[in-house]
Amino acid sequence: MGSLAEAVADLVHDGDVVALEGFTHLIPVAAGQEVIRQGRRGLTLVRMTPDIVYDQLIGAGCATKLVFSWGGNPGVGSLHRFRDALEHGWPRPLEVEEHSHAGMANRYVAGASGLPFAVLRGYVGTDLPNVTSTIKFITCPFTGEQLAAVPALNPDVAIIHAQRADRAGNVQLWGLVGVQKEAVLAAKRSLVTVEEIVDELTPVPGAIVLPSWAVTRVVAVPGGAHPSYAQGYSERDNAYYAAWDPISRDRDTFTEWLTALKEGR
Amino acid sequence: MTDPDEMMTVAAARALTGGQRVFVGIGLPSTAANLARRTHAPDLVLIYESGTLGSKPDRLPASIGDGILAETADAVIGVPEVFNYWLQPGRIDVGFLGAAQLDRFGNINTTVIGDYHAPKVRLPGAGGAPEIAASCGEVFVVVRQSRRSFVDRVDFVTSFGHGRGPGERARLGLRGAGPTRVITDLGVFRPDPATAELVLTDLHPGVSVDDVRAATGWDLRVVPEPGRTPPPTDDELAALRALKEASA
Repeated sequence: MGSLAEAVADLVHDGDVVALEGFTHLIPVAAGQEVIRQGRRGLTLVRMTPDIVYDQLIGAGCATKLVFSWGGNPGVGSLHRFRDALEHGWPRPLEVEEHSHAGMANRYVAGASGLPFAVLRGYVGTDLPNVTSTIKFITCPFTGEQLAAVPALNPDVAIIHAQRADRAGNVQLWGLVGVQKEAVLAAKRSLVTVEEIVDELTPVPGAIVLPSWAVTRVVAVPGGAHPSYAQGYSERDNAYYAAWDPISRDRDTFTEWLTALKEGR
Repeated sequence: MTDPDEMMTVAAARALTGGQRVFVGIGLPSTAANLARRTHAPDLVLIYESGTLGSKPDRLPASIGDGILAETADAVIGVPEVFNYWLQPGRIDVGFLGAAQLDRFGNINTTVIGDYHAPKVRLPGAGGAPEIAASCGEVFVVVRQSRRSFVDRVDFVTSFGHGRGPGERARLGLRGAGPTRVITDLGVFRPDPATAELVLTDLHPGVSVDDVRAATGWDLRVVPEPGRTPPPTDDELAALRALKEASA
């Protein structure tokens, strides 16, 4: 199981396609900040709902590309580091590959299913197909209907946070389960940080269990989703989300924040 | 004097009735849907894109990931299931959307102001909206109105409304009726069946047609005798304020 730093060093490499998933609940923030500390470069970051930790990764210069469907600071406003990268190329230009939630979810499903692409009733009439080369329209071979097709997402590594794992590395996750199972199953490698390691997983209604053989590495990182929610363990730290807005608005205050993160303050 | 934001929220809540199944976004739509559930429409079924069917929160969720949505739901499901099993086949009656820009045909932009590749302002993006706009039975848009938000032509079509005129949705194979109502802090707009253009049909208390024109970025059409939105009742205001207080 080992430490978070060892796991990130082993699993996340420069130039990788990396998905840190979590649909506002159970966001693997601690793991994302460890990626920043280790100074990864040239990452393609993937996530349906990039929020604060992606703003931090983008501002720190870790990413050259973002694949996403909605980017914001939930309940607060804009992601200013993301905007600065797109609007002014700071600290480096950021290429975007932009989808809808339905498109991204289906791209993960195709990836997890071992299929090359997914079909959906989506994107019709919007400008997204004009700016995103991974949206095409195909003809149904049975009905002749036109449908959207999107390619499978198969990240080099998926990182998620879950409530707990047992000593064998079986992972249990519940509450708003998002798209995390699909992201892990679609990825070549996976890292799961958990609130705690227990002797035995108590059954929880509706919980997802990822068997140990379906994940690459499990690391205990209590509070690893902070400031996001971890149902059954902690509530969202709304003050952190609000405080991020002024920190991220300005390059200097952000740079001070980044220095403090790297120095472990 | 009626508070314009409260009036908008109450008007949006009143648009929801009975046991409709509503796809709810965070912010104004969530406030309105929860207000409706606490006043005239207790059987309303709230569906959130983070994966809950039938959420019944006793306060407003702080975000789409708020655990209260899961704890109070009839069922918690994965995000792919929300979009593939519940939204796509047309099981949801009403989609409730916001907008950064909205044009006279109800097309919505939440992606970018200016050129996509050299944006003046980069907005959050599509989220669930394109397919909500395509697949829900109908769409209500709730937006604060100004010349910046009510534009002649959106810079980017994130979610398709009525295109450039009637019949375009059907021609594209979109299944829902699209935006049937736009509710702002000034009044209510509905598409003219003959042209699909949004026309002013109702004015909120204390608002004049000239006020609305001044906040509309196109040559606004008005029905011959616009209705007057009844002001919020004491019960509606009390319920709305209690909801906000419980969420503070």
